[in-house]
Amino acid sequence: MALDKTGIAKRIAKEVKNGYYVNLGIGIPTLVANFVRDDIEVEFQSENGVLGMGPFPYEGEEDADIINAGKQTITTLPGASFFDSATSFSMIRGQHVDLTILGAMEVADNGDIANWKIPGKMVKGMGGAMDLVASADNIIVAMMHTNKAGESKLLKHCSLPLTGVGCVKKVVTNLAVLEITEEGFLLLERAPGVSVDQIKEATAGKLIIKEPVPEMDI
Amino acid sequence: MINKVVFNVEEAIQGIANNMTVMFGGFGLCGIPEKAIEALVNLNISGLTCISNNAGVDDFGLGLLLQKRQIKKMISSYVGENEEFERQMLSGELEVELIPQGTLAERCRAAQSGIPAFYTPAGYGTEVAEAKETRDFNGKMHVMEHAFKADFAFVKAWKGDTAGNLIFKGTSKNFNTCMCGAAKITVAEVEELLPVGSLNPNEIHVPGIFVKRIFEGQSYEKRIEQRTVRIKN
Repeated sequence: MALDKTGIAKRIAKEVKNGYYVNLGIGIPTLVANFVRDDIEVEFQSENGVLGMGPFPYEGEEDADIINAGKQTITTLPGASFFDSATSFSMIRGQHVDLTILGAMEVADNGDIANWKIPGKMVKGMGGAMDLVASADNIIVAMMHTNKAGESKLLKHCSLPLTGVGCVKKVVTNLAVLEITEEGFLLLERAPGVSVDQIKEATAGKLIIKEPVPEMDI
Repeated sequence: MINKVVFNVEEAIQGIANNMTVMFGGFGLCGIPEKAIEALVNLNISGLTCISNNAGVDDFGLGLLLQKRQIKKMISSYVGENEEFERQMLSGELEVELIPQGTLAERCRAAQSGIPAFYTPAGYGTEVAEAKETRDFNGKMHVMEHAFKADFAFVKAWKGDTAGNLIFKGTSKNFNTCMCGAAKITVAEVEELLPVGSLNPNEIHVPGIFVKRIFEGQSYEKRIEQRTVRIKN
């Protein structure tokens, strides 16, 4: 069965290693924080200016001055720090952040990503995504394999305006885990109960299959 | 100490005129200069070019200036969650320049620091880099970006003293500290204005030299955009 958004987040949480500073984008990536093993030390960076983000505050304890990049009220953990936007992007562009997890509308099999604009229809802006994808070494995209119309989001070429070129390393979808290689999307894992053929069907970009493809362990 | 205090917000915004370029601190609604925005709405000036990470929400923050069509152009990184903004942008009434958030911050800091331009990898290969100079450094392509030029910067801090020194709380530093001194005139509004000597010099986030005018705002609304909580067991 294909994963839901929580399932995608659970699988990505396994990519988070001890000692990592991690930037989580809005949407599915935000959920990843809930599933990181509690026997490892990880710090979450939010680009609006906090390192050491904690869970949501208890009702009545929310503070308008303490939010994450999704503008949600949050708390901080012991050892947290606040900083301004220039310092925040020094961390990001300076490659001090170990892992970036973000959502996407399209990913191409060469690692191009599009996630900020649908011309004539939707323009929300890139926020920090362009800085993140242009700088980070380790970028994982969390998204559904197909869009609402059932069309593949894993393409040969992105059709939407790009956020970054050749930058995505790994994609985790509701159907599969894929690594971006010089040859295309290398299928690493299948979601539980999802067949290789289903993944083939839902992938428009070049897909490399090396049988047997194991099931995800989540 | 040089005294930066002005009597009220009306005095603080003196010199503002139609068609100026104005910076506004804040991320979402966190740390926005509420009082300056309110005063600009009341003053009815128009044709503004606004440099701000976001554009407020429909009925608060820069959304108030948008509603009254006082903004000609927005320079921002993220403008979701604002229907009026989206409507004006898609209809062509409002000019919008979207730029990466780190580039926005650095263009402020460059203006503050006397650096005319810099190179960043952000946006290379995208429409953000169109018509801009690009250059290879150490095998990686970068885009040249320029420092902003602005007439006014409006920022909001938690505490300040009469010399213009500022201290911020939580994530409200965001673009506020980067914009101090990045425009011809920086106006800081604070929740609490204290006499010189009240703030510990070790704890100052922005030295007063970057601030031209300072005043204490009354009864901040500090609206929360996304109230997310957990329930106590």
